This record gives sequence, C-alpha cells and structure tokens, in this order.
Amino acid sequence: MTILTPSTETEIVEAVQWALSEGAPVEVCGHGSKRGLGRPLQTEHTIALSNHSGVTLYEPDELVLSARAGTPIAELEALLASKGQAFQFEPMDYGPLLGQAAGQGSLGGVLAANLCGPRRLKAGSARDHVLGVRVVSGRGELFKSGGRVVKNVTGYDLSKGMANSWGTLGIATEITFKVLPAPETETTLVVRGLMDDEAARAMAIAMGSSGEVASAAHLPVNICGRFIEGVLKGESSTLLRLEGFAPSVADRVAMLRGLLSSAGAIEEISGKISRKLWQEVRDVIPFADGTERPVWRVSMAPMEAHKLVASMRMGAAADAYYDWQGGLIWMRLDGEPEAEAVRALVRKYGGGHATLVRAPDAVRAATAVFEPQPAALAALSKRLKQQFDPDGILNPGRMVAGV
Amino acid sequence: MSGLVMPKADAATMSRRKEIVAALQAIVPGEGVVDVTNEMRAFESDALTAYRQLPLVVVLPQTVRQVSQILKYCHDNNVKVVPRGSGTSLSGGALPLEDAVLLVMSRFNRILEIDYPNRVAVVQPGVTNLGITKAVEHEGFYYAPDPSSQIACSIGGNVAENSGGVHCLKYGLTANNVLGLEMVLISGEVVRLGGKHLDSEGYDLLGLMTGSEGLLGVVTEVTVRILQKPATARALMVGFPSSETAGQCVADIIAAGIIPGGMEMMDRPAIHAAEDFVHAGYPLDVEALLIIELDGPAVEVNHLIDMVEKIAGRNGASSCIISQSEEERMTFWAGRKAAFPAVGRISPDYLCMDGTIPRKELPQVLAGMRALSEKYGLRVANVFHAGDGNLHPLILYDANIPDELRKAEDFGADILRLCVKVGGVLTGEHGVGVEKRELMPEMFNEIDLNQQIRVKCAFDDKHLLNPGKVFPQLHRCAELGRMHVHRGQLPFPDIPRF
Repeated sequence: MTILTPSTETEIVEAVQWALSEGAPVEVCGHGSKRGLGRPLQTEHTIALSNHSGVTLYEPDELVLSARAGTPIAELEALLASKGQAFQFEPMDYGPLLGQAAGQGSLGGVLAANLCGPRRLKAGSARDHVLGVRVVSGRGELFKSGGRVVKNVTGYDLSKGMANSWGTLGIATEITFKVLPAPETETTLVVRGLMDDEAARAMAIAMGSSGEVASAAHLPVNICGRFIEGVLKGESSTLLRLEGFAPSVADRVAMLRGLLSSAGAIEEISGKISRKLWQEVRDVIPFADGTERPVWRVSMAPMEAHKLVASMRMGAAADAYYDWQGGLIWMRLDGEPEAEAVRALVRKYGGGHATLVRAPDAVRAATAVFEPQPAALAALSKRLKQQFDPDGILNPGRMVAGV
Repeated sequence: MSGLVMPKADAATMSRRKEIVAALQAIVPGEGVVDVTNEMRAFESDALTAYRQLPLVVVLPQTVRQVSQILKYCHDNNVKVVPRGSGTSLSGGALPLEDAVLLVMSRFNRILEIDYPNRVAVVQPGVTNLGITKAVEHEGFYYAPDPSSQIACSIGGNVAENSGGVHCLKYGLTANNVLGLEMVLISGEVVRLGGKHLDSEGYDLLGLMTGSEGLLGVVTEVTVRILQKPATARALMVGFPSSETAGQCVADIIAAGIIPGGMEMMDRPAIHAAEDFVHAGYPLDVEALLIIELDGPAVEVNHLIDMVEKIAGRNGASSCIISQSEEERMTFWAGRKAAFPAVGRISPDYLCMDGTIPRKELPQVLAGMRALSEKYGLRVANVFHAGDGNLHPLILYDANIPDELRKAEDFGADILRLCVKVGGVLTGEHGVGVEKRELMPEMFNEIDLNQQIRVKCAFDDKHLLNPGKVFPQLHRCAELGRMHVHRGQLPFPDIPRF
C-alpha cells in the first residue's frame, strides 16, 4: 500500500504516470472526508492531495478565487469572510454525517462531489460557480479549461464536466471559483404545524413570490426538535430564509407574513441562530448519529417529493426532512436501504435521482450508490470516462461498478 | 479569416445527394425537406453574414422520432449534419456545409408545459427566448437570461451557445437556468438529462452540452427555471471623465456588496452613436457612461440607489441621473440596446467582437484598442457588460473597400489576443463557431484542445455533427485514443508514505 502525497502539479502528473506504468488503479482523495460516500474502492495505492494546498489568486473586487485542490474549505471560507464574501453555494460538510470530524473537506472535493447547500434553488451548486480548472487526466496529461472570468463560452466547459465526477475523470489540481458578497443580514420565517403536503404548497407560494426567498426547508414534527438544541420542538417547522440588506429583509418578511397568514402560526429566527439552523439543515445534523444506518439523498420535483416520503413511511421506519422547497429529501431508514423501493418511487413520482450517501461498506459494495442510468446514458457516461481515463486507473468503480 | 477554410466536401456524399434527399423525404414527408437552390438560400448563413454556403439539403423535422431517424440515417451513412435554431449566431455556428444536411429545428416551436409550483417551463427548442417570458408573464414570471437577440433567438440555440445577456451577473447564464434537456445523439439514441429536479446523478452532461455549439447532440426539449419578476427596477445613468474612474466605480459597487441586476458601460464613440440615433439624453462630454440597474423590493432598490449614488460621487462622476419612472428607466436603456444599429448608421459595416477580460484590465485594454485602431486605420466603439467583464468592441469598416474586411478581422483577432493576454477569454457569449476557430490555440495548448476533442469523441466518434466549428483541427478519435506509457519509477521517493 502506497500513499502518494504530491505537493506540486508536476508531482501529481508523475504520480498518475507512475500508476499508469504500473497498471495500478489508485484512490484519489483530498483529506478523505468523503471516503465513506460512493462505492468502496479496492485499490492498493492512494493519491492524496492534502499537501497540494494554498490560495493562488484572490481578488475580492473581481469576485474570483483560485486555490489548489487540497486547500481546506474551512481556510477558504475564513479568508472570504474576512472580506465580507462567501461561496454563495455554501458547500455542505459531509463529515458529521459520515462519522468524521467537521471541517475536513477540501476544495477539490467541493467540485468532485458538486457540493451545495440550502441556497441551491437561488444560487446553484459548485457547478454553477466554477470558472476554471487545471486537471491531470487519467492519461497523465495536465490540461486546463475555462478561465477566471464569469462569462466564457470558449470551448467545452470541462470545468462543469469535472463536477460530480468523484475523481473518476481526472485529478483537479487547481480550481477557480466565482465568489460573491455575503448577505448583510438574514431572518428565517418559521411556519408551524404544517403537514408535508401543506408545507410543499406553502413553500411553492413563497418561492413563487417576489420575496426572493433564499432557502425553503420543511422539518416534520418528529425531527424538528433535533435542530438547534430543541428550540423548534413540538410542531413541524417550515423554514423560509430571507437574506440581504436589512431594510429589504424587513420588507420581505412583512410581505411573506401577509402572503402566508392563513397557512399557520409564524415565528421568526434571526442572526446567529438562523445561520446555525441552516448550517444544520445543510449538514444533515439530525442524522449525524454516529451510526451507519442508511441515509438517502433524493432530488425530485419539489411538489412530488413528499409523496415518496409518505409511501416509504407506510412500509419502513423512515425519518425524513426536506430542503430546496421540498425537492431535496434527506431520509434515514432503520433497517435495509430499500434501494429498489426508493428508486421505484422516484420513477413513479416524476423522476429524479436517489443517492445512498451512507451505509456500511458491504451494503455500498452490493447496492448502486448513485442512481443507475438508462442504458444509452450509462453507455455515454462510460465512453466519457474512457476518453479521460482509458486505463481506468482513477477511482475505478467509485460511481458505477466496472467503470 | 476571410480565407476561411471549411472541411473539404466529401465527393462521395455529394454524388449521393439524390439518394440522401429521398431518404430524408421518407422520414419527413410533405414540405419538411428543402432541396431547391432558391429555397435553400434562406439558410445559407446565420447572423455572421460575411460567410455564406448552400447546404447539401435542408430538413425541418417536427417530431423527436424524425430527428432520431434523420441522425441515425446520417450516422449509418456517414453524412455530416449541421444543426440550426433561429440562425442568429454571431460566430457562424450554424454556417452550412456543402456536403452536410442542415437540420433546422424551427418547427419545434411549442411550449409543452408550464409548472408554476415547481417554477419550470418545458419547451421545445425552437421556442424563442422571449417567447418563454411571454408565456409566463401574465403570472408575474419571466425567464432570466436575455441575450440581445431574444426576440428571435431560440432556446435550443441558447443552450448550444450558453447565451448570456445584460442580467447574467445577478441571474446567471443559460447553463445556470436550464434544468433539463432531451437530446438526440448522432446514433439516433434519445437521452434525457435532468428534468424538474436539480443536479445530476452522474457526470454533468448537461453542463457539457450547454455551450457545445451543436457538436455533441441535437436538443429536442428544454426544461428551464422561471422566476418571479423583481417587484421594482430603477436605473442610474452616470457619466465619467475617464474609463479608469468608471471602472473604479464598478469595482467599488461590488466591494460594497452590491450585485446590480445590470451594469453596462459605453465608451465615447458608442455614447455619441447611440445618442445621435435614439436621443436618450446621454451626456456627450464624458469618456465613459455607466447604466446601473438595481432590482428587487422597492425599499431595497431605493436603499441601493442611495449607496450607488454616493459611490459614483466619490469616484468623480461628472453627471448622475436616477430614473424616476419606468419610462425614464427604459429611455436610459434605449440607447444601450440600440448601440449596435446606432453604430450601423455611422458605418456601412461593422464587426461585433466578444471578449471577456478581468474588469480591472479595462483601461489597459481600451488603450491597447486605441493603438490598434490607429494601426489599422479603422474606428472602434465599445459597449461593455461592466459587471462581468464581457466586452463588445464594434469595429467599423466598409466591405466595398478592397481588403477592409480582412483588416477589420485582423483588428478583431488582435483585440481578442489582447483579451487573452490580460487573463481573459476569446468569447464571452457569442461562441467560437467558425469566426474564432483559428484563435483557439491562443488560449489552449494542444493537450487542452485534444482533451476537448476527446469529449466530442465520446458523443460523436465519427465527427459528423457540425464539423468545422470550434476546433481548428479535428483529430481522428482513434488517433487521440493512443496512449504512450513508459514504465516509470515511483515518483518523489523522498516523501514519507505508509
């Protein structure tokens, strides 16, 4: 077992070329914070980017930041905060859910897993903010794509191509992201006592208004006591986050209170507690229980998702809450992952995808972790992998068995 | 580029024209196949009118099944295909080839579904950009990306080019507003990417497709995000004595945490041309004019207008007018939106360039452009999406003067080289097409370009879809697939590993 920890781009190229010449598949990781996600790898060697770290460009006026792939995300967020800026897509931290410490993720993983957070509806995910990449392909060649400017249609967007590729196409060595001003203030409206379907309707009304709602989540009654130290205990909570300049937030709070006055009792949470609440929604804190009980992450049309949860609850002990106006389900099951049942329901209710983000190794080896694709699409994905990594040496089988 | 070289027409294909036309007629009966020279003239160029070429034959399918059958036929018979939407490309992306079928998607013009609770519209690719907004505006919604050709350009073309517009700093490009596609591969296989849900279960094929200029597949259905219109919008029109001070004002606005809905800059020649044309009340004694639009709830807009006005004052603005009515706001925009035709009035012909630069490089790039303008003896006017650094120099020339088109093109190429040199890119929103194809090596080395072509190989290994566009040279896929591996030693053996 060899762990290579290259600290320069040249060393990363050498590491891949060595693996190629040995015909030895490698695990590619940063600090390994998401090692528990995806199909377990059975490689002898590892290329870890933890030593390839550091900011290479940060120009706040130009809203742009470049850093090496192994740079800890926590370090970058602190740097941005010092200038009143942030990654607007607020990349989630899988650490706590996967039984690791918080704050271990690095920039490469943000793109490789296409991370995002509760602001996904308004601000997008990592793919929507990446501007450029430098990548070592599975051919052992260093290529670049994109640049450092927001508007760029010069050639194929291989930067987006790296998003959600889980290190199977290439090793991003350096990534450039768009950054944006952090909101001046935030307030969360909490509508109490809604059932899941009522919450979906209320969130749709709010998101479809001119209230510029940044995030909308629904925490069913059995789960909402597990956020922010039990403050929300007792009744289900439908959360609407409003951000921006103080006068604007106050105005929109009033507007939405009017709009939703018939929906239920409305409370307000602001400032630090509001930020903490959304961070816990983002990082799936209620399911960060130190176990390996199966956790699903399901992306569907917002108005359909609650039907899947209702069906699952009838047959299994399912614990779930919703982000993204209802369109993102986080669901923990007590026994088996029930992959076929979950995916049949996704298809039944308009399509989407279900990812088994947590389960014991043996289960993840036997169950498709990522939503299986129809034949033509799976074949296309496989051809793409072959074009980047013809010998299949980078994270083989992490996403799909045999690819 | 006047000496533009397109891939050599394949004699075998040309000799089979009759047979190909008959096969297409069997797939698309009635008037869906156009093979008469006079009728094909309408399709011989897109909005880059300097280049014209009659296609082998034009086919206008109406169903996904027909598109699939056409592509499968072409794939099986090694016939090239050029896809076309509304033909508004400024880079020659839809320029026909003599030996290629021109696949025109304009009959795919229906809005299939509007789903307000999920905030999406599902439309066919031939629907115009503005057509989507028109279909949802009675409910207060709109589709955010707004390229200036939005009245004519199709959403399918927007996907192919990843179109932007004046609002994309705040609301994103096409890639950020498309949730799903149905597309047909050159093999005839129909695949769906995304839908009403977010993000992909696997590779971001949607991200690769967007901006791929018709080289990877043919889009047959698009799911887009629709947004509620901002409650209010107001604009400031601010004059500056130099482009440096205007540029600093833009930087300070962003540093204050403000992302305006739109922020446009014009230089002196563009201001004068626009003012002479539409009489928008632009100040004529300034070197740079900024139009800054704030949108959102009224209290927010008023709050931000105050902030921006102060920032403009601190940066030495020589004039600052704030719109007091919707009518006045539209007047501010009228000049900017008419900048291209306004320049068209003062010159027989003009070339519209499209580079992007890091914003802070603007003064340097404008100075470089002035020097080039003298060198080539041609005038240039500039409009600039100041928020995102996308520059549109308009090069004035007269096609009737021998050699002046070539001079204008050389001037344009030099401007784009300058953009790349200062850290920018060749094209911000118009696409590479044929226009900037030969400049790709300015930005990418051979390894970079080969990896892009390998993506093409995954989708279209025979290079049948839109050949001659984007890449200066399309290497054969088999050639690109070869690997040269030398047995190596364990790298950097001095580091600890265990």
